[in-house]
Amino acid sequence: MGKIDGTRLVERLRAVVGDRWLLLDPHELRTYESDGLLQYRVVPKIAVLPADGAQVHACVRACAEAGVPWVARGAGSGLSGGALPIEDGVLIVLSRLNRILEVDLDNGRVCVEPGVTNAAVSAAVAPHLFYPPDPSSQVACTIGGNVAENSGGAHCFKYGFTTNYVTGLEVALPDGEVITIGGKELDTPGYDLLGAFVGSEGTLGVATKVWLRVVPVPEATRTLVAFFDSTRQAGEAVSAIVRAGIVPGAIEMMDATTIRATEEMAHAGYPVGRGAALLVELDGAEAECDAQFAQVTAICAEQGSDDVRVSRDESERQLFWKTRKAAFPAMGRISPNYFVQDGVVPRTTLPDVLVRIDELAAEYGLVVANVFHAGDGNLHPLVCFDATVPGQAERAEELAGRILDACLAAGGSITGEHGVGVDKRKHMAKMFAEDDLATFQRLRCAFDPEGRANPGKVMPTPRLCGEVPGVYRQHPLEAAGLAERF
Amino acid sequence: MTTTAAVRPGTPEEAAAALADLSASGTAVRPAGTGSRAAWGGPDPAGTVTLHTGGLDRLVAHNPGDFTAVVQAGVPLAVLQRRLAAEGQWLALDPPDRGGTIGGLVATGDSGPARHRYGGVRDLVIGITVVLSDGTVARSGGTVIKNVAGYDLGKLFAGSYGTLGLIAQVALRLHPLPARTATAVGATDDPARLTAAVLAAARRPLEATALDVAWRAGTGRLLVRFGGVTAPERAAAAAPLLAGAGLAGVAVVRDDESIWAAQRAGQRGAAVVKVSALPTDLPAVVAAAGDATVVSRAALGVSWLAFPDGPDLAARVATARAALAPRPTVVLDGADRVADPWPAPAPGVRALMERVKRRFDPTGTFRPGTYVGGI
Repeated sequence: MGKIDGTRLVERLRAVVGDRWLLLDPHELRTYESDGLLQYRVVPKIAVLPADGAQVHACVRACAEAGVPWVARGAGSGLSGGALPIEDGVLIVLSRLNRILEVDLDNGRVCVEPGVTNAAVSAAVAPHLFYPPDPSSQVACTIGGNVAENSGGAHCFKYGFTTNYVTGLEVALPDGEVITIGGKELDTPGYDLLGAFVGSEGTLGVATKVWLRVVPVPEATRTLVAFFDSTRQAGEAVSAIVRAGIVPGAIEMMDATTIRATEEMAHAGYPVGRGAALLVELDGAEAECDAQFAQVTAICAEQGSDDVRVSRDESERQLFWKTRKAAFPAMGRISPNYFVQDGVVPRTTLPDVLVRIDELAAEYGLVVANVFHAGDGNLHPLVCFDATVPGQAERAEELAGRILDACLAAGGSITGEHGVGVDKRKHMAKMFAEDDLATFQRLRCAFDPEGRANPGKVMPTPRLCGEVPGVYRQHPLEAAGLAERF
Repeated sequence: MTTTAAVRPGTPEEAAAALADLSASGTAVRPAGTGSRAAWGGPDPAGTVTLHTGGLDRLVAHNPGDFTAVVQAGVPLAVLQRRLAAEGQWLALDPPDRGGTIGGLVATGDSGPARHRYGGVRDLVIGITVVLSDGTVARSGGTVIKNVAGYDLGKLFAGSYGTLGLIAQVALRLHPLPARTATAVGATDDPARLTAAVLAAARRPLEATALDVAWRAGTGRLLVRFGGVTAPERAAAAAPLLAGAGLAGVAVVRDDESIWAAQRAGQRGAAVVKVSALPTDLPAVVAAAGDATVVSRAALGVSWLAFPDGPDLAARVATARAALAPRPTVVLDGADRVADPWPAPAPGVRALMERVKRRFDPTGTFRPGTYVGGI
């Protein structure tokens, strides 16, 4: 402990956050070794829990002056290892920055600190307004994390993503400078640094204040679940609905395995054994909603559904959603372990890609359950495995990668909402050419030439910026005796 | 010295070769489409070579079932919209005039009344291919609506005025064309009452496709447009809201295209100042306008002040901008007739923008000195 206490960085951080909010004990630090993706674990050397924006800024400045990299963390609910600590760095935990700073109902704006939860934003402007991006983890996940990951959710086909709702950010750049990009108003002249920052996975800096746009709660909501014999049939129904010019608030699909697993948990009376369940929710003006709902019901029947259930009241609607959102936890009942994949395909290729996933699952002898945001072609295949069987986890991971290959072959993406983080770095070079990646790096270097903000994430291989000489320099933590090597 | 005043590549690769040569010779370059927003950003330095995008004229793909299209920069917006309309779809951007080319539209972030419902250029570009001054051809995003892999260069280049690189091709999200439209209108000469009506409408879940204010000659009108099979009924249902807010002459207009053509036209003029404000700032915007007409995307707080021509044009523009400060203002049309069309960014933001510029365009090839903060 003597060595640690003696380092200048530790003392500076202690002076900023106070003794209580500086963690150096490996047992305490283990709390933060993973985010929502548990297969990656790194215990950081130092964690700080600053109380407000000014303390975050001071921590970033201290790291900059010490030349030490850092990772910002919100609720730690991310699913790509984006908030995975770095061993020889500082973890900046933002959970104490949980104040709602301003609610302006007239202008439809809310200003929050990054540790405020997603659900708290909607709660702050209820009952007439709401904040549309709604990741499944919305009760726990924080706005800071949503900004970093450009989080989506079930309703983003109609409403868009985090990036469509952030109007301004106060950001601490990795060199310690604090700037405001965008603002409370829209269209700040100049480069859209806001658009570049949102979704940059913590690699361009840390947001300490976030201005969000909120919108009116829709007048009416209509929800149905239709059951089909196959995911292909359900997929054709999705295409037919969208092709008719209807933009549902949400359109979610579950396959036979998922129906079985969720029914055991949610008891919604779903017909176990059916091939696919399609949840369609329309929202908006009542007259338009009713007109389109009749159309959707007819399309589901035309596409082969003989079982369309319309929610009669809010509690039944909640039951439909509870069943959908139970998909991930319910899988634990039918499989000891599973990987959640996050791929995207053009919606029209859904039926073919689902067939391809079935073929791959058969080839690997593993079960893959499918649950997805069908409107925007965002698949969440759950690759089931038993970690106690030697080699099965590795094969399951390989299969999850092959599924991404199938998504890319169909013209899609390796991630729709979970982010690249550490988990998908290896797939980036399949989606992007070297020139594309090198161009991404130009942006990174403009914000963070020393590579201090969340290094080792997003990019497939470590890269340096132009000005940094390519010679060995002793790492400051190494010099301080905190790290032996790295 | 180059002897070429203009280049006209036919492919992104040809553009890359031309740009590598031009940047190596220290020549400044300005990408240009049909020139519909030629004055924007102000004048380029002497000796600037124009890179015409007219040869990049392919509609690479239209996937009606996926509501996406991939389009090269030189395709005129009007041509694209005609092609998409054949499938009952459109790119939900309705800027004034005929909209110039896709490349110019993305580069300037221009928009029209549909911005209210569908967002701006930045919200509809799902993938982009750019050519940098050293000849690098790079791509970000993809052709799917939902995608968080890699940095979002589409947003960075949207509104960059051709100062970071050539926008060669974009992938776009499309929307269904509304089956019908109808507009509820109401008028008042009291800016406070007009603003109260805007806020009342903006707070209701109307799902309007546009929500604009038009202010000219001392009178303001609130215009709320609806799209969809039930558009006329919804416009009729909104009318009492406007009347209840104290607006006069409340009516529902079913054949409403001319109303919106006028709103688009109101974003052009001898000099046009775009102001970024909040909905509650509308009275201040109207007060600052002087003899300019005002078009406001009222629920978004973004307004365009169009000034009539005259010998004191620059002075009237300067007075209005001073009155609007510290709200950021940009001079669009007439940018070449004022000292600086841009507002001054905060020093830290300017420094970061300059670093972005240097990384993407280290030779300073693309429109040097014409952007925000003299970048």
